[in-house]
Amino acid sequence: MALIRNRKFLFSWMIGGAQGTGVDSSANVYAYAAASAGYYVYGKREYYSNIKGRHSYFSVVASDAPVNSIIDDVHLLASFDAETVFRHASEVVHGGGIIYDKDLVGERLKNIPTIETRLANEIRGELEKNGLGDTLMDVLKLAESRGVRLFPIPYIDLLKKVGEIIGQSQLSALMRMVNTMAVAASFAILNADLTHLYKGLSYSFRAKKKIVDMNIKACEVVYDYVKSNFSNDFPYSLPNLTGREEVMLISGTSIVGIAKLYAGCRFQTYYPITPAADECVYLEDKMTFNIDASSDLEYPSIAETKTIMDKGNIVVIQTEDEIAAINMAIGAALTGVRASTSTSGPGFSLMAEGLGWAGMNEVPVVVTHYQRGAPSTGLPTRHEQGDLLFSVFTGHGEFPRIVIASGDMIEAFYDTIKAFNYAEKYQVPVIHLLDKAIANSTQTLKLSDIKETIIERGELVGDSLSDEPYRRFKITETGISPRAPLGSRNHIYWNTGDEHDEYGHIDEDPVNRTRMMEKRMGKLRIIEEEVPDKDRVAIHGEESSENWILSWGSTKGAILDALEFLGNGYEFGFMQVKMLHPFPGKIVYNILKNAKRIIDIEQNYSGQAGRLLTMNTGIRPTNYILKYNGRPFSSTEIRDALIEVMKRDTKRIVMNRGG
Amino acid sequence: MATQQKLTMANFRSTANIDWCPGCGDFGILSAIQMALVDLQIEPHRVVIFSGIGCSGKLPHFINTYGIHTLHGRPLPFAIGAKLANPELTVIAVSGDGDGLGIGAGHFVNSGRRNVDITYIIHDNGVYGLTKGQASPTLRRGMRTKSLPKPNINEPVNPIALAIIAGYTFVARGYAFDTKHLKELIKKGIEHKGAAFIDVLQPCPTYNDIMTKEWYAGEDLIDSATGKPRPRIYKLEESGYDGEVKSEEEEEVISKINMAIAKSYEFGDRIPIGIFYRNPFTPTYEERITSNSPTYPQLPPAKQPIRSKSMEPITIIDDLIDEFRVK
Repeated sequence: MALIRNRKFLFSWMIGGAQGTGVDSSANVYAYAAASAGYYVYGKREYYSNIKGRHSYFSVVASDAPVNSIIDDVHLLASFDAETVFRHASEVVHGGGIIYDKDLVGERLKNIPTIETRLANEIRGELEKNGLGDTLMDVLKLAESRGVRLFPIPYIDLLKKVGEIIGQSQLSALMRMVNTMAVAASFAILNADLTHLYKGLSYSFRAKKKIVDMNIKACEVVYDYVKSNFSNDFPYSLPNLTGREEVMLISGTSIVGIAKLYAGCRFQTYYPITPAADECVYLEDKMTFNIDASSDLEYPSIAETKTIMDKGNIVVIQTEDEIAAINMAIGAALTGVRASTSTSGPGFSLMAEGLGWAGMNEVPVVVTHYQRGAPSTGLPTRHEQGDLLFSVFTGHGEFPRIVIASGDMIEAFYDTIKAFNYAEKYQVPVIHLLDKAIANSTQTLKLSDIKETIIERGELVGDSLSDEPYRRFKITETGISPRAPLGSRNHIYWNTGDEHDEYGHIDEDPVNRTRMMEKRMGKLRIIEEEVPDKDRVAIHGEESSENWILSWGSTKGAILDALEFLGNGYEFGFMQVKMLHPFPGKIVYNILKNAKRIIDIEQNYSGQAGRLLTMNTGIRPTNYILKYNGRPFSSTEIRDALIEVMKRDTKRIVMNRGG
Repeated sequence: MATQQKLTMANFRSTANIDWCPGCGDFGILSAIQMALVDLQIEPHRVVIFSGIGCSGKLPHFINTYGIHTLHGRPLPFAIGAKLANPELTVIAVSGDGDGLGIGAGHFVNSGRRNVDITYIIHDNGVYGLTKGQASPTLRRGMRTKSLPKPNINEPVNPIALAIIAGYTFVARGYAFDTKHLKELIKKGIEHKGAAFIDVLQPCPTYNDIMTKEWYAGEDLIDSATGKPRPRIYKLEESGYDGEVKSEEEEEVISKINMAIAKSYEFGDRIPIGIFYRNPFTPTYEERITSNSPTYPQLPPAKQPIRSKSMEPITIIDDLIDEFRVK
């Protein structure tokens, strides 16, 4: 993939506030509005495992070229509570600005219990060092002394004014719009076109026209206030931009949901878990959908009557636990349906036994695994790539499985479809690794990136006319036996988690055992032979470089952006491993065998992909850039760390940025 | 099929070797299932039998229908997945008491809440046979079966009462050695639209030396008048008991539930078998899905085409993407 070298503009905006006060929706309004104005955007959401009250924030980067990550710098911080400013003021750059509630300047740091002691001490120390007290005003003064512009907004007064216009005197009802006002103030400061904001409101609030209209009034009032109270010379602006391709603004969980429907997944199970549940809720919302009835439909063999259809449906089951989720999906898959379950680490741990059963009985089932901070409950709403080795080795004993990982949302779309194709072609469980960063981010994706694809179902057989008993686990050259759905005529078979014979009956004979192990495990070799190299490893950057980056999953975006920011002085090849199991050892070896430096970049403690590299090729990474503080890499961090590796050959760099 | 010959027991026998202990109650349950399928004349390929782990887990291998021997405690999730993906299948699940009421108790309860149209049979013998006779969740406190070093210190679960409050809409108890009666229960369970649960009492001739065939036959309870044993097992339907819910009225439903639960505690010198409770009015899970997805009955997941003959996806996603399109 060619790096972008002609980016002209990159603007980073952040909004924060207490959970439950509309931080998310206002960020969506802003992101949509910026996209509507012609920009590419990337937005990162950070939140606590909490419903109401704890601090959440959203960073949105807008650019004239596609952007895949956040940067550390904040150009404009929009806030309507004190905590956001206390936490994030130091991230705002010289020349940037802070929008804050004028009435809150007397708030004291010590009175905000939701700021962790460690962070509060750090903020206090910085203030004391500068001879300041601990009020919000002190923080703002410090920022101002660094060249940050201040934009005090009298939210309450302005809300009262909005109330008069719309005939609402209850302040509590109006307060719900304070988040929108922070966005509108941003738009005013950035000299951006308010009509885009109105489109953003319609997008975010969907059908609720009354709410949209109220918010539009609030936008107008704050916009006028900013225009008449502050000079119009903020160094950053968001003028309308032309020439960008048509895009959608979407989150990872939604694009995966769409991909599942497109892939023909018709059975999904789940137990509620962050951050996977959003995908399932999306599917529950889209339980029926349109089918192209004009195409030459291929009906499943067990459909004795071919019902004419222009609507399809997906069954989505919320199960009692993840054990039921995986096993119910397997039960459905046995009927010939494309079935999957979506989960995160704790749920995936519970699925280990079921996964082994699917491996033993060669059932195509897809597990969409959104990794989050672990072990145990870990950091339930935060990011990590800590489950790679667990995914490769889940379960007792040895059975074939495929583990793939997507680098971004577009990859997640295609990988979802590939996951089902692999599962059916090779009759193995497929673990599709995603993570919180992909799940909860929002990004503009080019519509032209959604292209036609194919559904491959492998050796799926229908009713048999033969009287010869069906051998579900027939020994074949490839290890893949023709698969019949439950309910097929003359195809009766048995499944068991016990070792079994070709018919599926329990069989402990040692010779049979050896043959069956080899049949199943031999499929890994077929997978290696058949899956194209490009679907197993993606190469970015300079292939001729002797400096290589090894990574996998959602670090891709920050790495690509970092390589762009590093510019021509630094040349790296970037190897993104997409299929982690079976590991593409030969491909990787041939590229990395002559590398002088192999820098393993991952969001875990151990450098798990590096370990797989060594296990499969004997090659060891020379340097590590790791992060496991629960926040995804910014491109700034990766840029800085790569420079340090190149300058000082630091062996292990652990990054720790992000609030 | 027009030329379909009448199905007999032979059609439902598999070639697998049956390796249960001689005298095991499992044989009675196996025969009763096969006889029920013969009576109902359901073609073997339309039936799927799911099982868990333990002696009962082997049962599907001995029947010539689709047979899915799953994980310990998990036959219900597997069975429900298959049934909901293809509701035309006749789905039966079997468990041991440890399988269904111990390790699988969570699934047992939650499956009742769904009322999926399946039949669930628990082989209830009070012990974990295949691991050499440990106490199962139905063994009574204080009992010390042959291989227990000390008497059992756990209270037993009451499978009938638990099934009723969990939401099963057909709740019955059978006895493995009254095969004819059990067959009728299984037939009724299969015909019942909704989740049918049948608790089947069965001796474990190897490890349960208390609740033996002789114990069920009352050989320790000699009637002083006749000098003959007084069997513990008696049939509810012969005692005038009627657990059928007659109307949707809440009062009627609750009174039948209360009656059935009270009856389920009768266990000692008299042990009732038969239907404790049946409520034909609760909508099945399939009907509940249909209320959200009207095309579900005609086009359940297993019957939907998902691609064209040239392998292209046929799901139209333009409108789904359009919801996110930046305008």
